[in-house]
Amino acid sequence: MKAFLILEDGTVFEGKSVGSQKEVISEIVFNTSMTGYLEVLTDPSYAGQAVTMTYPLIGNYGVTYADMESRKGWSDGFITREISRMPSNFRCEDTLQKFLEDQDIPGIYGIDTRALTKILREKGTMNGMITTNENYNLDEILPKLKEYTVTGVVKKVSRSEKESFKPGDLGSEKTETKFKVAVIDVGTKNNIIRCLLNRGCEVDVYPCDFNADDVIAAKPDGIMITNGPGDPAECVEIIEQIKKLSESSIPIFAICLGHQLMALAHGFKTYKMKYGHRGANHPVMDLHTRRVYISSQNHGYVVDGESLDETKAKPWFVNVNDKTIEGLEYIGKPVKTVQFHPEANAGPKDSEVLFEEFIKMMGGNQ
Amino acid sequence: MPKLEGIKRVLVIGSGPIVIGQAAEFDYAGTQACRSLKEEGMEVILVNSNPATIMTDKDIADKVYIEPLTVEVLQHIIEVEKPDSLLPNMGGQAGLNLGMELAESGFLDSHNVKLLGTTAETIRNAEGRQEFKDLMERIGEPCAPSELVENIEDGVAFADKIGYPVVLRPAYTLGGSGGGIAHNQEELEEILSNGLRLSRVGQVLVERCIAGWKEIEYEVMRDSNGNCITVCNMENLDPVGVHTGDSIVVAPSQTLSDKEYQMLRTSALKIISELGVTGGCNVQFALHPTSFEYCVIEVNPRVSRSSALASKATGYPIAKVAAKIALGYTLDEIPNAVTGKTYASFEPALDYCVVKIPRLPFDKFINAKRTLTTQMKATGEVMSICTNFEGGLMKAIRSLAQHVDCLETGDYDGMSDEDVLEKLDIVDDRRIYLIAEILRRGLASYDKIHEITKIDKWFIDKLAILVEMEKKLKACGGNIDKELMKEAKRMEFPDNVIARWTGKTEEEVKQLRYEYGITAAFKMVDTCAAEFASETPYYYGCFDGSNEVEETRDHKKIMVLGSGPIRIGQGIEFDYCSVHSVWALKQEGYETIIVNNNPETVSTDFDIADKLYFEPLTPEDVENIVRLEKPDGAVVQFGGQTAINLTESLIKMGVKILGTSAENVDAAEDRELFDEILEQCCIPRAKGDTVFTTEEALKVANELGYPVLIRPSYVLGGQGMQIAVRDQDIVEFMAVINRYHQEHPILIDKYLMGKEIEVDAVCDGEDILIPGIMEHIERAGIHSGDSISVYPAQTISEKIKRVLVDYTGKLARSLHVIGLINIQFIVYQDEVYVIEVNPRSSRTVPYISKVTGIPIVDLASRVILGAKIRDLGFEPGLAPDAGYLAIKMPVFSFEKLRGAEISLGPEMKSTGECLGIAKTFDEALYKAFLGAGVNLPKHKKMIISVKDSDKLEAVGVAKRFKKLGYEIFATRNTARVLNENGVLAIPVNRINEEAPTLMDLLLEHQIDLVIDTPTHGDKMKDGFLIRRTAIETGVNVLTSLDTANALLTSLENSDKTHLSIVDVATISKSGSYAK
Repeated sequence: MKAFLILEDGTVFEGKSVGSQKEVISEIVFNTSMTGYLEVLTDPSYAGQAVTMTYPLIGNYGVTYADMESRKGWSDGFITREISRMPSNFRCEDTLQKFLEDQDIPGIYGIDTRALTKILREKGTMNGMITTNENYNLDEILPKLKEYTVTGVVKKVSRSEKESFKPGDLGSEKTETKFKVAVIDVGTKNNIIRCLLNRGCEVDVYPCDFNADDVIAAKPDGIMITNGPGDPAECVEIIEQIKKLSESSIPIFAICLGHQLMALAHGFKTYKMKYGHRGANHPVMDLHTRRVYISSQNHGYVVDGESLDETKAKPWFVNVNDKTIEGLEYIGKPVKTVQFHPEANAGPKDSEVLFEEFIKMMGGNQ
Repeated sequence: MPKLEGIKRVLVIGSGPIVIGQAAEFDYAGTQACRSLKEEGMEVILVNSNPATIMTDKDIADKVYIEPLTVEVLQHIIEVEKPDSLLPNMGGQAGLNLGMELAESGFLDSHNVKLLGTTAETIRNAEGRQEFKDLMERIGEPCAPSELVENIEDGVAFADKIGYPVVLRPAYTLGGSGGGIAHNQEELEEILSNGLRLSRVGQVLVERCIAGWKEIEYEVMRDSNGNCITVCNMENLDPVGVHTGDSIVVAPSQTLSDKEYQMLRTSALKIISELGVTGGCNVQFALHPTSFEYCVIEVNPRVSRSSALASKATGYPIAKVAAKIALGYTLDEIPNAVTGKTYASFEPALDYCVVKIPRLPFDKFINAKRTLTTQMKATGEVMSICTNFEGGLMKAIRSLAQHVDCLETGDYDGMSDEDVLEKLDIVDDRRIYLIAEILRRGLASYDKIHEITKIDKWFIDKLAILVEMEKKLKACGGNIDKELMKEAKRMEFPDNVIARWTGKTEEEVKQLRYEYGITAAFKMVDTCAAEFASETPYYYGCFDGSNEVEETRDHKKIMVLGSGPIRIGQGIEFDYCSVHSVWALKQEGYETIIVNNNPETVSTDFDIADKLYFEPLTPEDVENIVRLEKPDGAVVQFGGQTAINLTESLIKMGVKILGTSAENVDAAEDRELFDEILEQCCIPRAKGDTVFTTEEALKVANELGYPVLIRPSYVLGGQGMQIAVRDQDIVEFMAVINRYHQEHPILIDKYLMGKEIEVDAVCDGEDILIPGIMEHIERAGIHSGDSISVYPAQTISEKIKRVLVDYTGKLARSLHVIGLINIQFIVYQDEVYVIEVNPRSSRTVPYISKVTGIPIVDLASRVILGAKIRDLGFEPGLAPDAGYLAIKMPVFSFEKLRGAEISLGPEMKSTGECLGIAKTFDEALYKAFLGAGVNLPKHKKMIISVKDSDKLEAVGVAKRFKKLGYEIFATRNTARVLNENGVLAIPVNRINEEAPTLMDLLLEHQIDLVIDTPTHGDKMKDGFLIRRTAIETGVNVLTSLDTANALLTSLENSDKTHLSIVDVATISKSGSYAK
């Protein structure tokens, strides 16, 4: 069946439908990772977005459910050039086509994803619609697309109840428990939790409407604020709570949305980038050692370097390409945050060592 | 970090002659590295024995030594040039080994020469089998269980312990020379004894066989600050067991999930960090197909064939960045030249699929064993880029220029299902076509095919998709609807193939396609999947997208057609010519477009031409580019036969051929037209005629009288050319030639056994410049590419020289040559005959350019644009001698090709060449032999076995060897003649006689040299077996007495000579035009 991707600027791509046939309006973004499509689809940070894979051959190794980064697929839509009709991998359990159907995610394939990417690069991230309706009416659709904004996505992806994990859970290594960590789920990927479990942390995951006092009262050795979707400035209440956490003297590590929320909690600003960083090849430099790590990234917003109050926090990592802030160290507080994803999945594991940094902040690895 | 202090003069070592396993990729890497060093203000001193390379140009390095790559020569150069540092990791294994020897002996330290890039310790840890294994064990990276052995007994004992089959890998050899898989003790002993001899250090690794696992490679970079990146990963379609150089390779990996991809990536980075590599490095893994288990196969801490492929596949210039890292820069300081916006410290993201297919030499060596093993056999490779794997494979197949344009080869027509299925066990270069046939006939399931071949089912399914499309096209009854056409073109089915299957003409298919609006679009290779705007003009074609090439109309545009994959007969020299032509045209203010499909070459570097199209060199593919670019003209005379073959099609497309016209190119190839020209010019040639059938051939041959020379027209490297001495030969050779349909007639000439002379010249339509006359050491009958060539000619009279110059002028003018012409003559009984005329660049152009200092390609390119030789500051006629003797020595790769006939004849067999240059003939000859690796060991024992007609002449040769102290063994008849003539020779039994036989002598490894001149059709006889055994046991073999005499001259002078060195950059006859 034919499917159409209609962009806010009036561009229409014709392709074929895959997965759900429902019509969807979403923010259209692109990801340059060459592997890890399942991790991308199930990364809660993509809630409210339809993701285009720039690598053309997708679905080659099928779907292995254990590789999901959360309980379900979050992406609003999925856009590719080709989906392999016969996946091949020893762990493959299903085809990607079946997964998209099961998860009710509308997909479109057979389009020139490079041309689409170039439009998004030139004009910036924009809204779009995936539809199988051949009689679409641009006059009706385009105003709708322009109006559309992504809201309330953190609430949507976060857990509704607190959940606890012990080393050995989520396929992690069964090690001796050394620390207790509170994870604030603003859209966490499983691998953040798994990376903590692997390092002997017992993990309590709090939903995004958590109360800082409860978390502090539970006396964790450290707090991890996770990745997540949407515009960080929208999360007014969460920012308030995070501010309280940051005043508690409990070591805090934050990733991606968590990093942005911590910055907002300290009065810094964030802005929306033209087309964001989404991929597995972004170089970030540790300003202490000048070592460069290749990182996995997925963010449309970024902390504004201009808004930084250097008495409160100083840059820790910068992006080698565009020099944007990729990490902050807070002054006088045991708080460190990064914009990229040390937990990887998909992507390189070069910066996974930062979890050791967090362990050190909690008094471990001395 | 800023660059290291105190580096001003850098010595760069090249890789020497092209041999299987070490080809053009090192010219590409070396050239890029030299340019990168010069960018930083370094003075570059280059040493490479290969004159056909671009790196040995004075434009690339400041000092250029085309000298034998031996420790002694390098020491001498270091003493003279006093470099402060040495960059050893650009010259492949050969360069790295030399760098190591110089470092280990303490020579570098005592001369204050720093080893740049990777340290000696790193190289030892990566290349020494035991050191590497120990290191991997220490850091917990798995290797297949293995043991390093130095003798056969230990090898047998270890194999018994881990069980057969076992893989054998000699330490410090290139292209897996001497390696293999042994399934039992007998095989083990055979391969092991050979491997021990070939290894520089006499060690061979015996290893658990992991054949059938997925073979995955990572190209990684690391700087001195410890920053690491992966440039690219690649997956071999052929599982472990086939050398990666002989495998079909895809980039990026296709069947690995993120878990496996990252697991191996992490491992690769851990390994290079632990090894302390600074620069580029290749890590090869075997990955178990049904688990996360993996083994590190090997690590190459240098640029390699794979790094060249990765550079072209991603756009990331590995060698250039590695050179900068060697100077102390860190990845985050080196800008990414492709985007201009990002830095070298990022990992390329691909948004296309790359397919590489090796170019194997079995069209040349039709009797060689086609089985693919861990020992590389390919001479070159092609790469293609497409938005899908199917299209990538189809494009790569037709880039091979091997009479195949799709998966249907016709090889299995008339074969029974059983026979077809049975072949599935065979691992050779035809495997994908066989699988396609099995799928076409529905003979086996994916599971079954996978079970036997271990090829991943994802790839098998892709082959099935192509076969399904083939069936749809065949079944459509000529009604190709738009959807079907779109899908077929998306998978890159060429118009001519669609036409063949649908009963249409190619033109009809093309017109239908245009009616449907289905045309090729071109996309950019930008390292970043369009994330950043890039300006690199590096493009590939596809049929499922919009075009992104921008119209350029500022300057006149010229398209230069490249020469495709490196194969015997069409090597790196044509890339040299293409690149130089591009440079000259650019200097003249033209916009240049290059089309080529060889990832190993300089011409496919993104900053050579103004635009690079990485596409197959077929008429349809070129036309797609022409429709878009509308070039003002095309140059075909520099890209060898591949480019020449496109001439007619280009004219049909309305593209003006610059330089010599197509009619005149034809006139040189067309027997009748050419005979007319010769008659007009009063130039004699050997009598001959043209034929199509065997009957005609026999008739002509008998009229002329044997021996006769028989060959197809419009081929390269004398392919299919043979000397026939009787009817039986004619029948045999005609059958071989007619394996493929011949569009042009076959030529049969009377064979004259005279002295062969070769001339390259530039003609501007009026005047002719002949840089030099070359003379072959071997008498006519041995292909010019396989002969030792001497400049300037030594044994011809002034009178003959005048005749040669006169004939060259007449021929060039009669053929209205504008640009280059190459002519081969025979001097027979003091008369000059023409053998053949090629109105194009030739194999000898780079060599003669360098040793005469006359920039031939540069001049020809300007002449093509209308300049006159005189205006360019050159005096027409034969240029005065340059003052040096320069000898080009062919280099062969016979040891890599089991079963290949090594005796030399009219069909070319060498893979590369090296140069000996000196003030005297004797020294030049000695250097040439030295550079070619003809290094006679110390046993001083030799075998002579010559055909009857050579027996008397062999006496003189034997006498000279005797005088040098050689003990001579000979076959009975040869021994009798030698002894009768006063040369003591020990007769030896023939192979089927009682031991000890010749074979035993060879296997005892006491023999330095075999001289064996073959009799006709002795393929099954002793001669063939002796020659093969000698080659496979590492013994030098000469099959011509002329070569033997030359070697003697060289040996007789070897003691006296303290080798001089010549900086060829100082040989200059630059004209008056501005450079």
